[in-house]
Amino acid sequence: MVPIIEAINLSQIYEKKQVLKDVNLQLERGDMLALIGPNGAGKTTLLRLLDLLEKPSSGRIIFDGNDVTASGRSRLKARRRMAFIHQKPIVFNLNVYNNVACGLRFRHENKRLIKEKVEHVLELVGMSDYHKRDARTLSGGEMQRVAIARALVTEPAVLFLDEPTANLDPTSVSKVEEILARIISEDKTALLMVTHDMAQGQRVARKIGVLVKGEILQIGSPNDIFLAPASTRVAEFVGVENILPGMIASKENELATVDVNGMKIQAITDLAPRENVYVMIRPEDITITRARENTSARNNFEGRITRIIPLGPLTRIEIDCGIPLLGVITTRSAGEMALAVDSKIYASFKATAIHVIKRL
Amino acid sequence: MNDLWGAFEQAIRLIVSRDPEVMNIAWRSLWIAAASTAICVAICLPLGSLIHFNKFRGKHLLLSLLQTLFSMPTVVVGLFVYVMVSNSGPLGMMGLVFTPAAMVIGQTLLIIPMMLGLVISSFSGVDKAVMETATSLGANRLQAYTINIKEAKFPIMTAVAMGFGRAISEVGASMIIGGNIKGYTMTLTTGISQYVSMGLIEQAFALGIILLLMALLINIAIYLLQKRRQYVWFPS
Repeated sequence: MVPIIEAINLSQIYEKKQVLKDVNLQLERGDMLALIGPNGAGKTTLLRLLDLLEKPSSGRIIFDGNDVTASGRSRLKARRRMAFIHQKPIVFNLNVYNNVACGLRFRHENKRLIKEKVEHVLELVGMSDYHKRDARTLSGGEMQRVAIARALVTEPAVLFLDEPTANLDPTSVSKVEEILARIISEDKTALLMVTHDMAQGQRVARKIGVLVKGEILQIGSPNDIFLAPASTRVAEFVGVENILPGMIASKENELATVDVNGMKIQAITDLAPRENVYVMIRPEDITITRARENTSARNNFEGRITRIIPLGPLTRIEIDCGIPLLGVITTRSAGEMALAVDSKIYASFKATAIHVIKRL
Repeated sequence: MNDLWGAFEQAIRLIVSRDPEVMNIAWRSLWIAAASTAICVAICLPLGSLIHFNKFRGKHLLLSLLQTLFSMPTVVVGLFVYVMVSNSGPLGMMGLVFTPAAMVIGQTLLIIPMMLGLVISSFSGVDKAVMETATSLGANRLQAYTINIKEAKFPIMTAVAMGFGRAISEVGASMIIGGNIKGYTMTLTTGISQYVSMGLIEQAFALGIILLLMALLINIAIYLLQKRRQYVWFPS
């Protein structure tokens, strides 16, 4: 399938500062890619470049087989087949109907068709009764739904969403996500959403890309990104907080024994013995108990708690068991076990819960 | 005091009886000021959009210059246009001197800096994201400017009202360029000046009242326009 939009070695430099560096990505109709990354990673800049709102310092943008990087009429034509939903919805000083009709009027669609499409899309976003309401008097969630309707009514081939739910309350967030799910299910539009809410990326997207400091570090399924990050930078960003350097000491079939600071950790990996590696364990994969238990987990270590950080319903436990480990348990469990700093505990985790990558 | 009251009564009588001379002067003033304002709007909206939305060298200098020209003396504009259109001036062959057309040119030049400055400052009050949102919705440059103008319509209407007010109330430029010819280039302001010098206080009063009424009517019209229901149209 030919990609509807493609970025080739896209870079952007603002006042000598490199904001994007050699970004390559492609989207086909029906794709839903969520780009996650910290603030200032260049996510919005990438969307602006792809939506042809600004020009890149270098690289190319191919839309539906045509190079639209350079200026000219092709950019307007391409832009008219895309839509952009901003983090902070901007509604024009018009009523809801006229706001939604704007994009169609820019395209000189006929009046009857405009009426039909606007009514249909307002129904889709659950705002059929708002036709005549002054758009500026709406709540944040309603405004965002108007902005979504305004984008959808043009039936874009590519839809860009820049943190579309960042300023919304939980009810509005779920309404917006519901609408997005419906668009995705129709398979007609390619969606590219940037967000710093990893959970939302996981909920909504079929693919996730990690953008850090202007570079796309990894693109893959949500499971790939969260459970098998390709680098320590991705791992750090997606919340893998135990990243331990070591070396594969021995291997039996896929089960390797990794030497981490003298401790032997068993993990499943394709990598060969003598390889320098990083062992990655998500905090929620570590089980903490007061007594040594007979579990199926291959890794069991005795240690002492060095720090306890309550985080509402969850509590982070920092442990020293020859190597520093960080686990997360429910605050209720922490209370029941009467955990305290310097308490002796046992940390266990499965060999399959460990992700091992090569250390360069 | 009685003289003053008597003059006022006589002025009202002239207006109510629709004195042909008074009506003639009022109508001329109105269309000359309206034509100048319309030309000025046609120049200032696109030019203001271009200046506001584009970065170029000397932009700040231009904006400062415009602000300085806000209070340009009307007689200076009158003098400049007179030199241009007088028989020995560069536009002398057009025969514009002492004509209403030359007065329109003079008033247009007089109000352009103010209206342009106010239009640009009206755009500054619009969220920058409006332009970008319109562009991302598929607007071409002209359509994006149009939506921006719609967003700034209230301050722009005020700018238009102020421009019209300055045009209809100025006396210096009209006097020099038009020559205050009775029945041809005499306007409300130049007429007041003429009648006062001739001792015809009633006529001067009548013109003054009409001038004030016009200002009031224009303000009411602007207010009603601002309340009007939405009309949406975009250029292609």
